[in-house]
Amino acid sequence: MTETQYLSPKTIDEAVNLYSKNQGQSKILAGGTDLLVQIRSGVLSPETIIDIKNIKEISEIKNNGEGSFTIGAAVSGASLEENEEFKDYWPGVLEALRLIGSEQIQGRASLGGNLCNASPAGDSVPALIASGATANVQGPNGKRNLPVEEIHAGPGKTNLKNDEILINFDFPTKEQGSADAYLRMIPRTEMDIAVVGCAVNITMDEDTCINARVALGAVAPTAVLVNEAAKLLIGTKLDNDVIEKAAKCCEDACNPINDKRGTIFYRKRVSGVLFKRALKIAVERAKR
Amino acid sequence: MSKKIHVTTSINGEETEYLCEPYDTMLDVLRNQLNLTGSKEVCSSGDCGACSVTLNDRLVCSCLMLAAEAEGQEIRTIEGMTENGNFHVLQQKFLEHAALQCGICTPGMLVAAKALLDKNPSPTETEIRFWLAGNLCRCTGYDKIVRAVQAASEEIKESA
Repeated sequence: MTETQYLSPKTIDEAVNLYSKNQGQSKILAGGTDLLVQIRSGVLSPETIIDIKNIKEISEIKNNGEGSFTIGAAVSGASLEENEEFKDYWPGVLEALRLIGSEQIQGRASLGGNLCNASPAGDSVPALIASGATANVQGPNGKRNLPVEEIHAGPGKTNLKNDEILINFDFPTKEQGSADAYLRMIPRTEMDIAVVGCAVNITMDEDTCINARVALGAVAPTAVLVNEAAKLLIGTKLDNDVIEKAAKCCEDACNPINDKRGTIFYRKRVSGVLFKRALKIAVERAKR
Repeated sequence: MSKKIHVTTSINGEETEYLCEPYDTMLDVLRNQLNLTGSKEVCSSGDCGACSVTLNDRLVCSCLMLAAEAEGQEIRTIEGMTENGNFHVLQQKFLEHAALQCGICTPGMLVAAKALLDKNPSPTETEIRFWLAGNLCRCTGYDKIVRAVQAASEEIKESA
Protein backbone atom coordinates (compact mmCIF):
# COMPACT_ATOMS: atom_id res chain seq x y z
CA MET A 1 0.00 0.00 0.00
CA THR A 2 1.20 3.47 -0.84
CA GLU A 3 1.75 5.90 1.95
CA THR A 4 -0.72 8.73 2.36
CA GLN A 5 1.03 12.03 2.26
CA TYR A 6 0.48 15.73 2.79
CA LEU A 7 2.45 17.98 0.45
CA SER A 8 2.73 21.72 0.53
CA PRO A 9 4.44 22.98 -2.63
CA LYS A 10 5.66 26.59 -2.82
CA THR A 11 5.36 27.12 -6.58
CA ILE A 12 2.76 26.42 -9.26
CA ASP A 13 5.22 24.29 -11.27
CA GLU A 14 5.95 22.15 -8.25
CA ALA A 15 2.23 21.72 -7.52
CA VAL A 16 1.39 20.86 -11.14
CA ASN A 17 4.21 18.34 -11.19
CA LEU A 18 3.07 16.66 -7.96
CA TYR A 19 -0.56 16.66 -9.04
CA SER A 20 0.10 15.14 -12.46
CA LYS A 21 2.41 12.50 -10.96
CA ASN A 22 -0.34 11.34 -8.59
CA GLN A 23 -3.24 11.62 -11.03
CA GLY A 24 -6.47 10.25 -9.67
CA GLN A 25 -5.02 9.56 -6.24
CA SER A 26 -4.46 13.12 -5.16
CA LYS A 27 -6.70 15.94 -4.07
CA ILE A 28 -6.01 19.65 -4.05
CA LEU A 29 -6.53 21.28 -0.65
CA ALA A 30 -7.53 24.96 -0.56
CA GLY A 31 -9.74 25.95 2.41
CA GLY A 32 -10.70 22.33 3.02
CA THR A 33 -14.25 23.16 4.10
CA ASP A 34 -15.66 20.62 1.62
CA LEU A 35 -12.65 18.32 1.19
CA LEU A 36 -12.00 17.59 4.87
CA VAL A 37 -15.67 16.79 5.49
CA GLN A 38 -15.52 14.29 2.62
CA ILE A 39 -12.27 12.77 3.90
CA ARG A 40 -13.44 12.53 7.50
CA SER A 41 -16.73 10.92 6.53
CA GLY A 42 -14.91 8.36 4.38
CA VAL A 43 -16.37 9.54 1.06
CA LEU A 44 -12.86 10.33 -0.20
CA SER A 45 -9.51 8.89 0.82
CA PRO A 46 -6.89 10.48 -1.41
CA GLU A 47 -3.36 9.10 -1.13
CA THR A 48 -1.90 12.53 -1.58
CA ILE A 49 -3.21 15.85 -0.33
CA ILE A 50 -1.65 18.83 -2.08
CA ASP A 51 -2.08 22.02 -0.05
CA ILE A 52 -1.83 24.95 -2.48
CA LYS A 53 -2.16 27.79 0.02
CA ASN A 54 1.58 28.36 0.27
CA ILE A 55 1.75 29.27 -3.41
CA LYS A 56 1.86 33.04 -3.86
CA GLU A 57 -0.29 33.34 -7.01
CA ILE A 58 -3.01 31.11 -5.51
CA SER A 59 -3.23 33.05 -2.25
CA GLU A 60 -2.89 36.66 -3.33
CA ILE A 61 -5.24 39.50 -4.22
CA LYS A 62 -3.93 41.71 -7.02
CA ASN A 63 -5.59 44.98 -7.91
CA ASN A 64 -4.82 45.73 -11.56
CA GLY A 65 -6.83 48.97 -11.49
CA GLU A 66 -10.29 50.05 -12.72
CA GLY A 67 -12.06 46.99 -11.37
CA SER A 68 -9.66 44.50 -12.87
CA PHE A 69 -8.46 42.15 -10.15
CA THR A 70 -6.57 38.88 -10.13
CA ILE A 71 -7.84 36.86 -7.19
CA GLY A 72 -6.04 33.70 -6.10
CA ALA A 73 -8.20 30.59 -6.15
CA ALA A 74 -7.61 29.96 -2.42
CA VAL A 75 -8.14 33.51 -1.10
CA SER A 76 -10.63 33.19 1.78
CA GLY A 77 -13.94 35.03 2.01
CA ALA A 78 -12.84 36.76 5.22
CA SER A 79 -9.68 38.00 3.54
CA LEU A 80 -11.41 39.22 0.36
CA GLU A 81 -13.98 41.03 2.55
CA GLU A 82 -11.16 43.14 3.99
CA ASN A 83 -10.19 44.41 0.54
CA GLU A 84 -12.16 47.66 0.30
CA GLU A 85 -11.42 48.20 -3.39
CA PHE A 86 -12.73 44.78 -4.34
CA LYS A 87 -15.84 45.44 -2.26
CA ASP A 88 -16.42 48.71 -4.14
CA TYR A 89 -15.99 47.20 -7.60
CA TRP A 90 -17.57 43.74 -7.20
CA PRO A 91 -20.16 43.88 -4.40
CA GLY A 92 -22.20 41.08 -6.00
CA VAL A 93 -19.29 38.66 -6.13
CA LEU A 94 -18.36 39.48 -2.55
CA GLU A 95 -21.91 39.15 -1.20
CA ALA A 96 -22.25 35.77 -2.94
CA LEU A 97 -18.98 34.46 -1.54
CA ARG A 98 -19.80 35.82 1.93
CA LEU A 99 -23.11 33.91 2.01
CA ILE A 100 -21.24 30.63 2.19
CA GLY A 101 -21.30 29.19 5.71
CA SER A 102 -20.39 30.84 9.00
CA GLU A 103 -17.51 33.17 9.90
CA GLN A 104 -15.50 30.04 10.72
CA ILE A 105 -16.10 28.73 7.20
CA GLN A 106 -15.36 32.19 5.76
CA GLY A 107 -11.92 32.06 7.36
CA ARG A 108 -11.04 29.33 4.89
CA ALA A 109 -13.62 29.00 2.08
CA SER A 110 -12.56 30.37 -1.30
CA LEU A 111 -13.87 31.23 -4.78
CA GLY A 112 -11.69 28.52 -6.29
CA GLY A 113 -12.85 25.86 -3.85
CA ASN A 114 -16.49 26.76 -4.37
CA LEU A 115 -16.04 26.49 -8.15
CA CYS A 116 -14.02 23.25 -8.15
CA ASN A 117 -16.31 21.55 -5.63
CA ALA A 118 -18.84 22.04 -8.45
CA SER A 119 -22.02 21.95 -6.42
CA PRO A 120 -24.82 23.29 -8.65
CA ALA A 121 -25.82 25.40 -5.61
CA GLY A 122 -22.41 27.00 -4.97
CA ASP A 123 -23.27 30.62 -4.21
CA SER A 124 -20.22 32.36 -5.64
CA VAL A 125 -20.40 30.62 -9.03
CA PRO A 126 -23.33 32.53 -10.60
CA ALA A 127 -21.78 35.78 -9.37
CA LEU A 128 -18.41 34.87 -10.91
CA ILE A 129 -20.13 34.01 -14.19
CA ALA A 130 -22.13 37.25 -14.23
CA SER A 131 -18.98 39.26 -13.51
CA GLY A 132 -17.37 37.92 -16.69
CA ALA A 133 -14.40 36.60 -14.71
CA THR A 134 -12.13 34.05 -16.34
CA ALA A 135 -10.20 31.26 -14.66
CA ASN A 136 -6.51 30.59 -15.18
CA VAL A 137 -5.72 26.89 -15.01
CA GLN A 138 -2.38 25.21 -15.41
CA GLY A 139 -1.34 21.65 -16.20
CA PRO A 140 1.84 19.93 -17.38
CA ASN A 141 1.01 21.01 -20.94
CA GLY A 142 0.74 24.68 -20.06
CA LYS A 143 -1.77 27.32 -19.12
CA ARG A 144 -5.35 27.87 -20.21
CA ASN A 145 -7.71 30.75 -19.57
CA LEU A 146 -11.40 29.78 -19.49
CA PRO A 147 -14.59 31.75 -18.88
CA VAL A 148 -15.96 30.61 -15.52
CA GLU A 149 -19.21 29.43 -17.15
CA GLU A 150 -17.23 26.77 -19.04
CA ILE A 151 -15.80 25.16 -15.92
CA HIS A 152 -18.78 23.28 -14.50
CA ALA A 153 -19.57 19.97 -16.20
CA GLY A 154 -22.23 18.64 -13.82
CA PRO A 155 -22.77 18.05 -10.11
CA GLY A 156 -19.30 17.52 -8.60
CA LYS A 157 -17.64 17.60 -12.03
CA THR A 158 -15.54 20.22 -13.77
CA ASN A 159 -14.02 20.52 -17.23
CA LEU A 160 -10.52 20.79 -15.78
CA LYS A 161 -8.31 17.96 -16.94
CA ASN A 162 -7.12 15.40 -14.39
CA ASP A 163 -3.75 17.09 -14.17
CA GLU A 164 -4.85 20.73 -14.19
CA ILE A 165 -4.97 23.08 -11.21
CA LEU A 166 -7.04 26.25 -10.91
CA ILE A 167 -4.64 29.10 -10.15
CA ASN A 168 -6.64 32.33 -10.04
CA PHE A 169 -9.42 34.42 -11.50
CA ASP A 170 -9.10 37.47 -13.72
CA PHE A 171 -11.88 40.02 -13.24
CA PRO A 172 -12.37 42.33 -16.23
CA THR A 173 -11.98 46.09 -16.12
CA LYS A 174 -15.22 47.50 -14.78
CA GLU A 175 -17.31 49.36 -17.37
CA GLN A 176 -18.41 52.88 -16.45
CA GLY A 177 -21.88 52.75 -14.86
CA SER A 178 -21.84 49.05 -14.12
CA ALA A 179 -22.56 47.06 -10.97
CA ASP A 180 -23.36 43.53 -9.91
CA ALA A 181 -25.62 41.90 -7.32
CA TYR A 182 -26.37 38.40 -6.06
CA LEU A 183 -29.42 37.07 -4.24
CA ARG A 184 -30.28 33.60 -3.12
CA MET A 185 -33.45 32.01 -1.84
CA ILE A 186 -33.18 29.91 1.31
CA PRO A 187 -35.98 29.03 3.72
CA ARG A 188 -34.13 30.66 6.64
CA THR A 189 -31.95 33.73 7.09
CA GLU A 190 -28.45 32.24 7.33
CA MET A 191 -26.38 29.11 7.03
CA ASP A 192 -28.20 27.17 4.34
CA ILE A 193 -27.81 25.90 0.79
CA ALA A 194 -29.38 27.91 -2.04
CA VAL A 195 -32.72 26.77 -3.42
CA VAL A 196 -32.16 29.29 -6.20
CA GLY A 197 -29.35 31.82 -6.69
CA CYS A 198 -29.29 34.67 -9.18
CA ALA A 199 -26.53 37.09 -10.13
CA VAL A 200 -26.93 40.15 -12.34
CA ASN A 201 -24.14 42.36 -13.68
CA ILE A 202 -25.44 45.39 -15.49
CA THR A 203 -24.09 48.48 -17.23
CA MET A 204 -26.28 51.57 -17.42
CA ASP A 205 -25.87 54.68 -19.55
CA GLU A 206 -28.23 56.92 -17.58
CA ASP A 207 -31.56 55.06 -17.93
CA THR A 208 -30.52 52.76 -20.76
CA CYS A 209 -29.07 49.34 -20.19
CA ILE A 210 -26.04 48.96 -22.44
CA ASN A 211 -24.65 45.66 -21.18
CA ALA A 212 -25.86 42.82 -18.99
CA ARG A 213 -24.98 39.35 -17.78
CA VAL A 214 -27.39 37.15 -15.86
CA ALA A 215 -26.54 33.83 -14.20
CA LEU A 216 -28.54 31.34 -12.15
CA GLY A 217 -27.47 28.74 -9.60
CA ALA A 218 -29.12 25.66 -8.03
CA VAL A 219 -31.64 25.31 -10.87
CA ALA A 220 -29.73 23.01 -13.23
CA PRO A 221 -26.87 20.48 -13.09
CA THR A 222 -24.48 23.43 -13.45
CA ALA A 223 -24.71 27.15 -12.84
CA VAL A 224 -26.09 28.74 -16.03
CA LEU A 225 -25.43 31.93 -17.94
CA VAL A 226 -28.77 33.19 -19.27
CA ASN A 227 -27.77 35.01 -22.46
CA GLU A 228 -31.37 35.31 -23.67
CA ALA A 229 -32.36 37.35 -20.61
CA ALA A 230 -29.34 39.63 -21.02
CA LYS A 231 -30.08 40.18 -24.73
CA LEU A 232 -33.62 41.32 -23.91
CA LEU A 233 -32.33 43.88 -21.42
CA ILE A 234 -29.59 45.42 -23.55
CA GLY A 235 -30.64 48.55 -25.41
CA THR A 236 -33.80 49.08 -23.35
CA LYS A 237 -34.80 51.38 -20.54
CA LEU A 238 -35.70 48.33 -18.46
CA ASP A 239 -39.44 48.88 -18.66
CA ASN A 240 -41.66 46.44 -16.79
CA ASP A 241 -42.60 44.38 -19.83
CA VAL A 242 -38.93 43.93 -20.75
CA ILE A 243 -38.12 42.83 -17.21
CA GLU A 244 -41.07 40.40 -17.18
CA LYS A 245 -39.92 38.87 -20.47
CA ALA A 246 -36.37 38.52 -19.18
CA ALA A 247 -37.69 36.93 -15.97
CA LYS A 248 -39.57 34.42 -18.12
CA CYS A 249 -36.27 33.66 -19.90
CA CYS A 250 -34.73 32.88 -16.51
CA GLU A 251 -37.58 30.51 -15.70
CA ASP A 252 -37.12 28.80 -19.07
CA ALA A 253 -33.37 28.47 -18.54
CA CYS A 254 -33.98 26.34 -15.44
CA ASN A 255 -33.67 22.60 -15.53
CA PRO A 256 -34.01 21.89 -11.82
CA ILE A 257 -34.62 18.84 -9.71
CA ASN A 258 -37.41 18.16 -7.23
CA ASP A 259 -35.93 17.73 -3.79
CA LYS A 260 -36.50 18.57 -0.15
CA ARG A 261 -35.30 22.12 -0.76
CA GLY A 262 -37.79 22.92 -3.50
CA THR A 263 -39.91 21.55 -6.31
CA ILE A 264 -39.24 22.12 -10.01
CA PHE A 265 -42.24 24.47 -10.20
CA TYR A 266 -41.08 26.46 -7.18
CA ARG A 267 -37.47 26.76 -8.32
CA LYS A 268 -38.50 28.03 -11.76
CA ARG A 269 -40.89 30.56 -10.29
CA VAL A 270 -38.38 31.82 -7.75
CA SER A 271 -35.63 32.20 -10.35
CA GLY A 272 -37.75 34.79 -12.18
CA VAL A 273 -38.53 36.60 -8.93
CA LEU A 274 -34.92 36.62 -7.75
CA PHE A 275 -33.79 37.85 -11.15
CA LYS A 276 -36.10 40.86 -10.89
CA ARG A 277 -34.93 41.67 -7.37
CA ALA A 278 -31.22 41.22 -8.15
CA LEU A 279 -31.63 43.36 -11.27
CA LYS A 280 -33.18 46.14 -9.19
CA ILE A 281 -30.27 46.10 -6.73
CA ALA A 282 -27.67 46.03 -9.51
CA VAL A 283 -29.31 48.97 -11.29
CA GLU A 284 -29.44 51.00 -8.08
CA ARG A 285 -25.77 50.29 -7.48
CA ALA A 286 -24.87 51.11 -11.08
CA LYS A 287 -26.52 54.53 -10.86
CA ARG A 288 -24.71 55.45 -7.67
CA MET B 1 0.50 3.62 6.50
CA SER B 2 2.16 6.93 6.29
CA LYS B 3 5.18 8.74 7.47
CA LYS B 4 4.53 11.10 10.38
CA ILE B 5 4.83 14.79 9.63
CA HIS B 6 6.89 16.97 11.93
CA VAL B 7 5.20 20.31 12.57
CA THR B 8 6.56 23.38 14.35
CA THR B 9 3.93 25.96 15.15
CA SER B 10 2.90 28.54 17.71
CA ILE B 11 0.01 27.66 20.00
CA ASN B 12 -1.22 30.40 22.35
CA GLY B 13 2.08 32.17 21.82
CA GLU B 14 4.26 29.19 22.69
CA GLU B 15 6.39 27.42 20.13
CA THR B 16 5.06 23.88 19.89
CA GLU B 17 6.22 20.79 18.02
CA TYR B 18 4.30 17.63 17.24
CA LEU B 19 4.21 14.66 14.92
CA CYS B 20 0.98 14.02 13.02
CA GLU B 21 -0.52 11.83 10.32
CA PRO B 22 -1.56 13.46 7.00
CA TYR B 23 -5.28 13.05 7.80
CA ASP B 24 -5.07 14.28 11.41
CA THR B 25 -7.01 17.47 11.95
CA MET B 26 -5.78 20.34 14.06
CA LEU B 27 -8.52 19.41 16.53
CA ASP B 28 -7.21 15.80 16.78
CA VAL B 29 -3.77 17.05 17.67
CA LEU B 30 -4.97 19.73 20.10
CA ARG B 31 -7.12 17.29 22.02
CA ASN B 32 -5.33 13.97 21.75
CA GLN B 33 -1.68 14.96 21.72
CA LEU B 34 -1.38 18.38 23.30
CA ASN B 35 -4.08 17.83 25.96
CA LEU B 36 -5.78 21.08 24.96
CA THR B 37 -9.27 19.63 25.35
CA GLY B 38 -11.14 22.94 25.56
CA SER B 39 -11.93 22.81 21.85
CA LYS B 40 -14.70 20.25 21.36
CA GLU B 41 -15.53 17.87 18.54
CA VAL B 42 -19.25 17.87 17.89
CA CYS B 43 -20.34 17.90 14.24
CA SER B 44 -17.03 17.39 12.37
CA SER B 45 -18.48 19.23 9.40
CA GLY B 46 -18.09 22.93 10.16
CA ASP B 47 -21.67 23.54 11.25
CA CYS B 48 -21.44 23.82 15.05
CA GLY B 49 -18.34 25.89 15.83
CA ALA B 50 -17.49 23.97 19.04
CA CYS B 51 -13.94 23.44 17.75
CA SER B 52 -13.34 27.15 16.93
CA VAL B 53 -9.75 28.40 17.13
CA THR B 54 -7.95 31.23 15.41
CA LEU B 55 -5.34 30.63 12.73
CA ASN B 56 -3.23 33.77 12.27
CA ASP B 57 -6.04 35.69 14.01
CA ARG B 58 -8.62 34.32 11.59
CA LEU B 59 -11.54 32.39 13.10
CA VAL B 60 -11.65 28.81 11.75
CA CYS B 61 -12.99 25.37 12.63
CA SER B 62 -10.08 23.25 13.84
CA CYS B 63 -11.97 20.14 12.68
CA LEU B 64 -11.73 21.42 9.09
CA MET B 65 -8.03 22.12 9.17
CA LEU B 66 -5.24 19.57 8.87
CA ALA B 67 -2.72 19.56 11.69
CA ALA B 68 0.02 19.61 9.05
CA GLU B 69 -1.24 22.98 7.80
CA ALA B 70 -0.24 24.65 11.07
CA GLU B 71 3.46 24.60 10.14
CA GLY B 72 4.87 28.08 10.76
CA GLN B 73 1.45 29.52 11.63
CA GLU B 74 -0.07 30.95 14.81
CA ILE B 75 -2.89 29.09 16.50
CA ARG B 76 -4.89 30.40 19.45
CA THR B 77 -7.31 28.27 21.44
CA ILE B 78 -9.64 28.79 24.39
CA GLU B 79 -6.76 27.78 26.68
CA GLY B 80 -4.96 30.98 25.69
CA MET B 81 -7.83 33.27 26.58
CA THR B 82 -7.10 34.04 30.23
CA GLU B 83 -4.53 36.75 30.86
CA ASN B 84 -2.10 36.09 33.76
CA GLY B 85 -4.59 33.73 35.32
CA ASN B 86 -7.44 36.24 35.11
CA PHE B 87 -10.58 35.70 33.12
CA HIS B 88 -10.93 37.57 29.86
CA VAL B 89 -13.80 40.06 30.12
CA LEU B 90 -15.88 37.80 27.84
CA GLN B 91 -15.41 34.83 30.18
CA GLN B 92 -16.41 37.00 33.15
CA LYS B 93 -19.52 38.27 31.37
CA PHE B 94 -20.54 34.76 30.31
CA LEU B 95 -20.48 33.81 34.01
CA GLU B 96 -22.34 36.91 35.16
CA HIS B 97 -25.04 36.52 32.52
CA ALA B 98 -25.34 32.74 32.95
CA ALA B 99 -24.60 32.47 29.25
CA LEU B 100 -23.95 28.75 29.43
CA GLN B 101 -25.62 25.61 30.66
CA CYS B 102 -24.03 22.33 29.58
CA GLY B 103 -20.89 24.16 28.46
CA ILE B 104 -20.01 22.17 25.34
CA CYS B 105 -20.45 25.12 22.99
CA THR B 106 -18.92 27.64 25.39
CA PRO B 107 -15.22 27.44 24.42
CA GLY B 108 -16.15 27.87 20.75
CA MET B 109 -18.57 30.69 21.58
CA LEU B 110 -15.88 32.52 23.55
CA VAL B 111 -13.21 32.09 20.89
CA ALA B 112 -15.64 33.29 18.20
CA ALA B 113 -16.89 36.21 20.30
CA LYS B 114 -13.32 37.28 21.04
CA ALA B 115 -12.48 37.19 17.33
CA LEU B 116 -15.48 39.46 16.73
CA LEU B 117 -14.57 41.99 19.44
CA ASP B 118 -10.92 42.03 18.33
CA LYS B 119 -12.10 43.03 14.85
CA ASN B 120 -15.10 45.15 15.84
CA PRO B 121 -15.18 46.28 19.50
CA SER B 122 -18.71 47.76 19.17
CA PRO B 123 -20.83 45.30 17.24
CA THR B 124 -24.60 45.76 17.00
CA GLU B 125 -26.84 42.98 18.26
CA THR B 126 -27.47 41.94 14.65
CA GLU B 127 -23.74 41.80 13.96
CA ILE B 128 -23.22 39.64 17.06
CA ARG B 129 -25.99 37.26 16.03
CA PHE B 130 -24.71 36.94 12.46
CA TRP B 131 -21.12 36.47 13.62
CA LEU B 132 -22.13 33.73 16.08
CA ALA B 133 -24.39 31.97 13.53
CA GLY B 134 -21.67 29.35 13.15
CA ASN B 135 -21.76 28.45 16.85
CA LEU B 136 -24.65 26.24 17.84
CA CYS B 137 -25.98 26.13 21.40
CA ARG B 138 -28.83 23.78 22.26
CA CYS B 139 -29.28 25.01 25.84
CA THR B 140 -29.43 28.76 26.23
CA GLY B 141 -31.58 29.97 23.35
CA TYR B 142 -28.68 32.33 22.54
CA ASP B 143 -30.15 35.41 24.20
CA LYS B 144 -27.94 35.28 27.29
CA ILE B 145 -24.90 34.70 25.11
CA VAL B 146 -25.70 37.76 23.02
CA ARG B 147 -26.26 39.85 26.20
CA ALA B 148 -22.94 38.67 27.60
CA VAL B 149 -21.10 39.66 24.43
CA GLN B 150 -22.82 43.07 24.48
CA ALA B 151 -21.82 43.55 28.13
CA ALA B 152 -18.23 42.60 27.34
CA SER B 153 -18.20 45.05 24.46
CA GLU B 154 -19.45 47.83 26.77
CA GLU B 155 -16.77 47.07 29.34
CA ILE B 156 -14.01 46.99 26.74
CA LYS B 157 -15.17 50.39 25.44
CA GLU B 158 -15.28 51.89 28.96
CA SER B 159 -11.78 50.70 29.83
CA ALA B 160 -10.34 51.88 26.51
